[in-house]
Amino acid sequence: MILSSGFSRRALIALGSAAALLAPALVQAQAQTVKIGLILPMTGPFASTGRQIEAAAKLYMAQKGATVAGKTIELIVKDDTGTPDVTRRIAQELLVNDKVSFLAGFGLTPLAFAVAPLATQSKTPLIVMAAATSSITEQSPFVVRTSFTLPQVTIGIADWAAKNGVKKAMTLVSDYGPGIDAEKAFKDRLTAAGGEVVGEVRIPLRNPDFSPFLQRVADTKPDALFVFVPSGAGSQFMKQFVERGLDKSGVRLIATGDVTDDDIVDSMGDVALGTITTHHYSAAHPSAENKAFVEAFRKAANTRPNFMAVGGWDGMHLIYEALKKTNGATDGTALVEAMKGMAWTSPRGPISIDAKTRDIVQNVYVRKVEKVDGQLYNVEFSTFEAVPDPVKAAK
Amino acid sequence: MAKTLPAAVVVETQAAAEPLSPAAFLVAKSAWRWPEILFWLSAFGLILLLPNRHLLLNEIAILGLFALSLDLILGYAGIVSLGHAAFFGVGAYAAGLLAKHGISEPVTGLVLSGAIAGCVGLLTSFMILRGTDLTRLMVTLGVALILHELANRLDWLTGGADGLLGVSVGPILRRFDFDFAGTTAYVYSLTTAFLLFLLARRIVHSPFGLSLKALKDNRLRAATIGIAPNRRIVAIYTLAAVYAGMAGALLTQTTQFVSLEVLDFARSADALLVLVIGGSGYLYGGLIGAIAFKLMKDTLSAMTPAYWIFWMGFILVILVLIGRDRLMAALARPFAPLLRRLGARRS
Amino acid sequence: MLTILFDGVAYGMLLFVLAAGLAVTLGLMNFVNLAHGAFAMAGGYATVVLMNRFGLPFLACLPLAFLFSAALGLAAERLLYRHMYERSHLDQVLFSIGLVFMAIAATDWLMGSQQQSVRLPAWLQGRIMFGEVGIGIYRLFIVVICGLMALGLQWVLAKTRFGSQLRAAVDDRRVARGLGIPVGKVFAITFAFGSGLAGLGGALGAEIVGLDPTFPLKFMLYFLIVVTVGGTSSLTGPLLAALLLGVADVMGKYLVPQLGAFIIYAMMLAVLMIRPQGLFARGR
Repeated sequence: MILSSGFSRRALIALGSAAALLAPALVQAQAQTVKIGLILPMTGPFASTGRQIEAAAKLYMAQKGATVAGKTIELIVKDDTGTPDVTRRIAQELLVNDKVSFLAGFGLTPLAFAVAPLATQSKTPLIVMAAATSSITEQSPFVVRTSFTLPQVTIGIADWAAKNGVKKAMTLVSDYGPGIDAEKAFKDRLTAAGGEVVGEVRIPLRNPDFSPFLQRVADTKPDALFVFVPSGAGSQFMKQFVERGLDKSGVRLIATGDVTDDDIVDSMGDVALGTITTHHYSAAHPSAENKAFVEAFRKAANTRPNFMAVGGWDGMHLIYEALKKTNGATDGTALVEAMKGMAWTSPRGPISIDAKTRDIVQNVYVRKVEKVDGQLYNVEFSTFEAVPDPVKAAK
Repeated sequence: MAKTLPAAVVVETQAAAEPLSPAAFLVAKSAWRWPEILFWLSAFGLILLLPNRHLLLNEIAILGLFALSLDLILGYAGIVSLGHAAFFGVGAYAAGLLAKHGISEPVTGLVLSGAIAGCVGLLTSFMILRGTDLTRLMVTLGVALILHELANRLDWLTGGADGLLGVSVGPILRRFDFDFAGTTAYVYSLTTAFLLFLLARRIVHSPFGLSLKALKDNRLRAATIGIAPNRRIVAIYTLAAVYAGMAGALLTQTTQFVSLEVLDFARSADALLVLVIGGSGYLYGGLIGAIAFKLMKDTLSAMTPAYWIFWMGFILVILVLIGRDRLMAALARPFAPLLRRLGARRS
Repeated sequence: MLTILFDGVAYGMLLFVLAAGLAVTLGLMNFVNLAHGAFAMAGGYATVVLMNRFGLPFLACLPLAFLFSAALGLAAERLLYRHMYERSHLDQVLFSIGLVFMAIAATDWLMGSQQQSVRLPAWLQGRIMFGEVGIGIYRLFIVVICGLMALGLQWVLAKTRFGSQLRAAVDDRRVARGLGIPVGKVFAITFAFGSGLAGLGGALGAEIVGLDPTFPLKFMLYFLIVVTVGGTSSLTGPLLAALLLGVADVMGKYLVPQLGAFIIYAMMLAVLMIRPQGLFARGR
């Protein structure tokens, strides 16, 4: 046989051994990267959500390094323009082509809804970093949330109002899913505490002028007005509230933190001073973790982090810690198991993932808009500790 | 060389020399040309050639069909619409609701959704009979906006802003299940688009299609030679609504989810952009435009997720300034005689 | 009740100043400029930057916003739009949408994607009471400024030499040129002026309707509604239409909030059904 010739044999052995050496190296190189698909609205009306989360996620990786449990983390950022069918297609492509081990992001509820079935089919953990409708975590056993739910932050303000002498309140919410959630949560809680909701107004999402709705409020003269509008609309609302003299006529303005979002509260000017809100995060949260976070974020993104950013930061933390627990294994079921019950101190304060609902349990703070070093901040003055999502807790 | 000349050119030159009989003219005009065959062959060929982009291809096929439906009214009847998403959305919601409430077989759902969208088209077609381009633009837009708001309000039916949950679509014809890589979805959407294209092609090359073109060119003159304008416009508008509804249904069935965005203004605007990029009035404009538009979007947004929209705008501006005609002529030389006639003229 | 009526008028006035430029380009020059909102946005951002970064007073910012947008408009007209007048409407749509995309992304890149707001001086805040009727001072301010603008515009168009040159150039470009009217120049100035008005509207409106990079797309619909309902042949049409829409929208939302979002669209459809050329079209 020709193979018996010394030269060929040596060549073959060399080749073989090289292959033997190379093959595992190749396999290892492949298995050593863990990909995270971060799908966010980076353009369109919800672009600021995407920017905040992207900046926070990148900051987390820059600070903690891109290696966890011997694996290199690769972040793939995609823009879904806030359109569910695009989100779904991108998620599917990330799963099929890029073989991502995590899907993360999701700026709005329908975006998460559209992808949830894919997470179940492919057994991939889906980390919700922003969307806030309660039922998202029920759509798939692979959904884990690090943002918040709207009822979770709403009941606090209802409790606070009842305790502080609000008997008759009125609600004013944006006319879509989250707004209606907030309206219901507030009403139920306040009524249970002995208060009364004397009027409910819903405003269209595409609504440039609040004046007719505020006039209704002025006619009703409630003790307090509870407001939920998506974060961008907050500043116009606030101004028109003051312009109409409602602040002076004895109507107290109470809201969820979306209205005095850290992203915009400073630019609202003095009209925002004194507004009482409840939310799970404020850039003024007094803790060492938060100070470091805010400072680093400012340096990296040249803006103040808001609650979206902290959702992104904690989402990355959750992914890193889960990978540590599984020793780098990327089996979806094991990862979700690892995430269940995990607890840590976030910039927003102590938080944990409920083992049963996979939803976040966190402190909700009552805050007041005040001037700190010449800038407006939501300053926390009271805390409801370890609040779970009330909708699922009631089930 | 004469052999490779597209049939249309040959026909037109002949027609100039000695007039054909009307029937012969139509037959000659509707003859298949090689670029068309090539186009569809490669569209189907992509099933094998690009196995990992089937999801994007599926989106392209759906957008292409949607733009094709807009082309039927814009390119052949001269009706500008900024609210074509109304029918897309009605079809999408119809398909979603059908699948949710028992009728999960896709083809049945597709046909029914198209029919429902067609009914809405028929009802609203009477609103676009009068007025200028601008009036039509705003009337169609108004209809779409009202439907959008309606879908938001009827949240017991549509799921409102959260989207419609629980859409479960069964296997196509009870045999072919939708797979994870989107292959079934692409084959399904492409086949639907192809069949509907064949029908559209047949229609626009029929006497009815010709009479529409006459209407578009000069309504008064067409009316004096006995073409009843309104009935024809109602008919083509309804047909376009059916097509758009089916495109919407395809989207629902292949993504198993419906949300308010199907009725969004941006979707109507996208369809119009796609059609303007591809050129209207020769049926392929929507399809070619959809390919160009989606590929551009996909490539740019992969490069710069936050600012791709700038480059998109830049390309559009350049496209118009340098001259789409020149670019398109190079791409679509076979259709040149038709291309020259495309576009709404200045009113 | 009167308060609401007044709010409606103020809102309508604001819509008019924002849309007036479009009424000119679309109605008079027959150019579909969907990028109109981009000039309004530029004016708004100019005000925000001037006030917040350079500390200029609000009143000084308004004319600067006008000038800034007008300069942008002039540059855009000379460099780009000029070549588009003779093109088909669809080309114009494609072109101006492209510009809108670029403007959105560029603003986002320069200024960030969050909402911006203008801090009004104290004397423009609050409200004055006329008996039982409370009126927002800022809204009064808007009504006055916009009212003056509308009067001034009408005067320029109807009474000045420039106005008649413009009307001549619009009616028949070739004959106007033959009569020695510098058509190109007239169009450029008109375009710049329209953009400037939009910029002023953006600066005034930022307080009430908000300002973020998607502004041009968000408000394009409103501009178009005002112009179509008003008819495109004069400026009085859009003015009355804007007032009508503003009042109807605000009153409707106050009286029947359940129908809030439908009112403006339903009105537009109703008007266009009855008068396809717009409410105040004059026969051509």
